[in-house]
Amino acid sequence: MASEAINARGDLRLTRITKSYGDFTAVDDLTLTIPKGSFFALLGPSGCGKTTTLRMVAGLEEPTVGSIHLGETDITTTRPYQRPINTVFQNYALFPHLTIFENIAFGLRRRGIKDVNEQVEKVLNLVELPHLAQRKPTQLSGGQQQRIALARAIVNRPALLLLDEPLGALDLKLRRQMQIELKWIQREVGLTFVHVTHDQEEAMTMADTIAVMNEGKIEQMGTPADLYDNPETAFVANFLGQSNLIKGRIDGTDGENLVVDLYGQKISMPKKRSHAIDSSLYAGIRPEKFRITLVGTPVRGNTLTGGRIEDVSYIGVSTQYVVAMPWGQEVMVFEQNDDGVPPFDKGDEVVISWEPNFTFGLRGDEDIEAGTEVNPEELEGE
Amino acid sequence: MSLPKVRVPYLLLFPGFAFLFTFFILPIVNLAQTSTQTPIAGGDTGEYEQTFAFSNYIQAFVDNKEQFARSFVFATFSTLLALLIAYPLAYAIAFKSGKFKNILLVLVVAPFFTSFLLRTIAWKQILGEEGFVVPGLRSLHIISQQTTLTSTSFAVVAGMTYNFLPFMTLPLYASLERIDPRTIEAAGDLYANGITAFRRVTMPLSLPGVVAGTLLTFIPAAGDYVNAAILGSPTSKMVGNVIESRYFKIVDYPTAAALSFTLMATILVLVTLYIRKVGTEELV
Repeated sequence: MASEAINARGDLRLTRITKSYGDFTAVDDLTLTIPKGSFFALLGPSGCGKTTTLRMVAGLEEPTVGSIHLGETDITTTRPYQRPINTVFQNYALFPHLTIFENIAFGLRRRGIKDVNEQVEKVLNLVELPHLAQRKPTQLSGGQQQRIALARAIVNRPALLLLDEPLGALDLKLRRQMQIELKWIQREVGLTFVHVTHDQEEAMTMADTIAVMNEGKIEQMGTPADLYDNPETAFVANFLGQSNLIKGRIDGTDGENLVVDLYGQKISMPKKRSHAIDSSLYAGIRPEKFRITLVGTPVRGNTLTGGRIEDVSYIGVSTQYVVAMPWGQEVMVFEQNDDGVPPFDKGDEVVISWEPNFTFGLRGDEDIEAGTEVNPEELEGE
Repeated sequence: MSLPKVRVPYLLLFPGFAFLFTFFILPIVNLAQTSTQTPIAGGDTGEYEQTFAFSNYIQAFVDNKEQFARSFVFATFSTLLALLIAYPLAYAIAFKSGKFKNILLVLVVAPFFTSFLLRTIAWKQILGEEGFVVPGLRSLHIISQQTTLTSTSFAVVAGMTYNFLPFMTLPLYASLERIDPRTIEAAGDLYANGITAFRRVTMPLSLPGVVAGTLLTFIPAAGDYVNAAILGSPTSKMVGNVIESRYFKIVDYPTAAALSFTLMATILVLVTLYIRKVGTEELV
């Protein structure tokens, strides 16, 4: 069994996985396939079950119910050291008593490989730290330790590389740089990366596919563009970027489009972008998709009249407006500053408009606050 | 009334230095002087004069080399036994005890609430004919019907192991507790099974605790005389017993002092060699 598992290759399949701790269900009936060679992100707030999922894949926890397959091999109960899976731990977990060289060689030596020099040097070059081979982990900066943790895992060329909030301890600038580097390394080595994070920007920068998790379940899975442009739930709409969700009612259809009534004003949106189950729905529009015009200026697409500028924040690349709508809701609008100074002032009477194709529709019984109360920057780990 | 900043550290160090000077440096100097004295010709018992008789050292060692050797053999055995008992105990407290951690730590220290002497005398009872150990072992035919355990080297080593166990357990616990459990998980993740992970990660990382624990056990054990006096026989005397009887019974101060210095020097050399060998400076 052991030798079989260690050579397993292929897609990772989680089938109906549940993990409970007493009364608390951390992961709830999760089914997921991660294709070989992909950069996959599990994204969610603290406590959503993403780290537990990762630990079950690594073998550090056993699922209460369900099975885990790697290719055709069932690895549900395989011991961690018998899985062809390596992890980049949240705080790196480098061995403090070993040199960087020995840290990286650790996995190779455990598998009985005698001549490790070439492989260790190669991977040290890949992470651009060959000069640190004889140092101890404590002599390295956070960013360097992060790269060594990565090198220590990928030197084994595992079927699956797990990254548990790998950039969480780095400052913003270094994090951005490492995001690009990780993506590049993943392409270079061609391994399957499974990345767990609460940082939506990190997930969107790096992953081909993102699964958004909430309360032990997957809310939605897709490419970063899919998730951002057409979220299926309020949680996804709010957790990935910002959304304006306006309550409405489906009034009828017009070819491939739905006609939606938003507080008495009619708009249209593509039928296939609606996830409503009955006539009640929330129309979702991303803040940057809105355009603002003064009353009387000709506009195209969907329009909502009666807005008044409540607040203006100039943030360089764009200006963020808060617009009060006649039904009492405030909507966010981001305008690119590509035409000079902000043209609107607080108190201006405006019309907002947008392309109908940018609208997405959520079920009318959704909690529109879902996913907004979480501030990912403030929550470190689980 | 502000003091110049430079003087503050010296002022703070003063009480400590004064204490050490009075209760360590002065007695040591006095002891050194005593160790080279010889009896005053025609004087009373216990009257000595300084003659710089360094031959006292050779004489004292030659007369008591058996007890010397026994001290270090007993100390080595009880240190190793204490390590064998304390390591799993400290490991369990550090990693597996959950909410019982503090209670278990109190239990480790609990014997200190009773006097050292009393605890050693209790071992006399435990290992005596009326205790449960001897009849138990006899009925299991592990020891013969004639064998007794009191007044044996076994009893002395057992008593020392027991008495110094907390000194071994606490530093071991402290160093095991400091290990990030994720480094052990990482070892498992990197193809090390439980035994290899222990050998390659947990054990090396706990080495500072092993060094501290063995020193804290070995040093007092080598100089101990209470266990040998209470649990041993005349044939299991340690150098501590010799020093004690020379000092208090025979009033042969120079020999007692010379033996004390020899013991200190030997321990110092052994400890230095040990630390060199294990190389704790490598460990952060």
